[in-house]
Amino acid sequence: MSIVDALDPHGTGPSPDLPAPAIAVEDLGIGYAHRGRIVPTVAEVSFTVPAGATTALVGESGSGKTTIASAISGLLADNARWLTGGVSLLGTDVSGLSERGWRHVRGRVLGYVPQDPLGSLDPLQTVGGHVADSVRQVHGGTEREALGRARELLRTVHIADVDRKLRAHPHELSGGQLQRVLIAGALAGDPSVLIADEPTSALDVTVQKRVLDLLEELREELELSVLLITHDLSLAAERSEHVVVLKEGGVVEQGGSAAVVASPNSPYTHRLFRDVPALTPHRYSAARADLAGRREEGPDPSPAVSVSGLTKSFDGRTPVLEDVDLEVRRGEIHALVGESGSGKTTLARIVAGLTPFDGGSVAVGGRPRPQSPAVVNPDPAALQLVYQNPLAALDPRPPSLDLVAEPLRISGVARVPARRRAAALLERVGIGPDTAARRIGRLSGGQRQRVAIARALVLDPSVLVLDEPTSALDVTVQARIVDLLFDLRAEDPDLTMVFISHDLSLVRQIADSATVLQHGGVVDQGRIEDVFERPTSAYTRTLIDAIPSPPLLAG
Amino acid sequence: MTTTLAPPAPAASEPAARRRSALPALGPGDVAAALVILLLVIAVIAPSLLARADPLSAIGGEALSGPSTAHWLGTDYLGRDVYTRIVHGTRTSLGASAVAVAVGLAGGLALGILSGYLGGWVDAAVSRLIDILLSVPGLLLSMVIIVALGFGAVNAAIAVGISSIASFARVTRSEVLTVRASSYVEAAQHQGSPRWRTLLRHILPNAVGPVVSLIPLQFGGSIVWISSLSFLGFGAVPPHPEWGLLVAEGRQYLLSAPWLLLAPGAVIVITVLSASHLQGVVGRVRRTSA
Repeated sequence: MSIVDALDPHGTGPSPDLPAPAIAVEDLGIGYAHRGRIVPTVAEVSFTVPAGATTALVGESGSGKTTIASAISGLLADNARWLTGGVSLLGTDVSGLSERGWRHVRGRVLGYVPQDPLGSLDPLQTVGGHVADSVRQVHGGTEREALGRARELLRTVHIADVDRKLRAHPHELSGGQLQRVLIAGALAGDPSVLIADEPTSALDVTVQKRVLDLLEELREELELSVLLITHDLSLAAERSEHVVVLKEGGVVEQGGSAAVVASPNSPYTHRLFRDVPALTPHRYSAARADLAGRREEGPDPSPAVSVSGLTKSFDGRTPVLEDVDLEVRRGEIHALVGESGSGKTTLARIVAGLTPFDGGSVAVGGRPRPQSPAVVNPDPAALQLVYQNPLAALDPRPPSLDLVAEPLRISGVARVPARRRAAALLERVGIGPDTAARRIGRLSGGQRQRVAIARALVLDPSVLVLDEPTSALDVTVQARIVDLLFDLRAEDPDLTMVFISHDLSLVRQIADSATVLQHGGVVDQGRIEDVFERPTSAYTRTLIDAIPSPPLLAG
Repeated sequence: MTTTLAPPAPAASEPAARRRSALPALGPGDVAAALVILLLVIAVIAPSLLARADPLSAIGGEALSGPSTAHWLGTDYLGRDVYTRIVHGTRTSLGASAVAVAVGLAGGLALGILSGYLGGWVDAAVSRLIDILLSVPGLLLSMVIIVALGFGAVNAAIAVGISSIASFARVTRSEVLTVRASSYVEAAQHQGSPRWRTLLRHILPNAVGPVVSLIPLQFGGSIVWISSLSFLGFGAVPPHPEWGLLVAEGRQYLLSAPWLLLAPGAVIVITVLSASHLQGVVGRVRRTSA
């Protein structure tokens, strides 16, 4: 009997009345060999993925999600060492399987949808060729037969215009379509278990929703068991029946999703879920009301940023922004919302004086911006931009302290007092002297963004433009950064923020007003409650519907 | 005093240890190359440590004797010890190469930064100049320059240096272009950093790395070129020993006394190989420590 028969879910197993779990992980321990030592990464992990349901494996970066997924699918790196325990698929132990043995399991029993769609596809191979290859690896047969099956599979994952897409190369497809192609490839061998490793983390919210809908539909249609690996807890809570919460390579909690979200047993899980914006929309309500009250006392009605009739196009042809009006009140957080390509980053860069524009007017603090900004910012204290990726936007060579002191040095402050002020500010954003002495590349993602924020604040600007400052961070780190922003506002109620984000649940939590952009035009604008409760455009409604909506937590 | 001084010690040693462990392990080839370079450095600083005899003194009656215990690499047509002449020739050969690399580096950095940072017509003009320099064979160009400057070891070095400006300039330019387009340069200007300050503080330190790792390679190349120029009679003047000159002198005795040609030739080859190997090591270290 071959292993394929042994793993066949439709065959007669040892106990037909009690279905074996799709995946059973028992006391799993994995370490990585590093310089002659073995560093344990995952220890004593046990959980089961019941057949026919979706189980979510959640945790922050470094929690061991990907290591566990690789162990289950036999894709561990060469320096990984299996220390303890075992993994069974459909009741059969696969832990000691050779590479040869895995070839019969992968694809046929287990389908794997990788994380990075563009990186996982050969740029020189057609999409049809990729799926057909997967088909032939499992079923053999001629190329023609495999292409026929590939066509069917692409239809199954709802790729429109299949005949043309079969001949297309990866770069011709959008991110969502590529993810569908990978799902089609994973389904080529009719597996009964599907592992999806962060299948939507690089996608826009509306696309993300459609891909997840597809996975759910396929699960029901093909009777799949799905292991969904994600760092997005709201998504896990909404899309899975079971959830396994990981922390530092161990399981902290597992159970039915609804039960775990509603009443988590471990304090870690409790904190983790409280940091998810979609679950706690009113987290900052009190702080916002307090700030609004303090603002009304000071009579300064002139807007901090005003934009009217702004147009911008690339090469004088492709329009990027069309007739955009925008007004940001002093001391508020104004959110710019939209999907990739909506023009929100271009708008922010124009407001920041980094990108020229074609028509209309832009004023910051009452002073108009020239259409073609100077290369060197003449007034850095008026407005500062916090870039999306601090690692790219900060010089890799000097220590973090000098990065924060640099704006002061440029404005003529002597070296010693500049460094003293920078150190004090870093202390305020939670970066101690030891960390401040390190280069930016040696810091964690959250620390980097804190340094970037400190650098933007050191000249005491009146407006801060934040371009997706938390989109690359774990939810807990994101929550700490947002906490920091509110602390800073509490100290300086006049500090105005323009916050760019594609995450509507976060925007709903923190912003006072919002502008929704689509294809370079404003489709919705106003107070945050109005935008969310009475959206005027269908597009905004779609975006709001795409927010995962699991049961909410209090506070 | 002791209480304030005691605690920082372990904290200070920890990053140092991490830095050491971040370096790649050195193989036997790396060690051999380093050893060769060490010997060469000694030969430049204190040649009499390696060869006590006078490189110019001729011993009558011992002309063209083969390698022996008295004369490790034999003697030449005047009875001078070849080993001693090679050791004492190191300073001229390597000194000239150092001058050549310095000239090439300085000129290349200046041109590369100018064209990469200013862009526009400056970039167009400099880039075409680099194209022209690269299109003429380096040795030919050096000879033309020497004819203009006059013969001699120093002029040969300067000529080789000018010929190698193009490669330094091209690498510098492409690095400056990359760094100039980076977000952190834009961010510095967004903070109000003036152009010259951005150039000195951000662009230059970040662009110079790959240019530095080009130095050992160019050094090896310069040795070959300068030796070639001496061989052809454009460089150092006899009777002073110089590697290329030694090869030229040995050429006439290729059949009767092959060591006259082979010994300095082998030294040139080993030196160039060690230098270019060292370039690989420098590049590796730079990448791991980045």
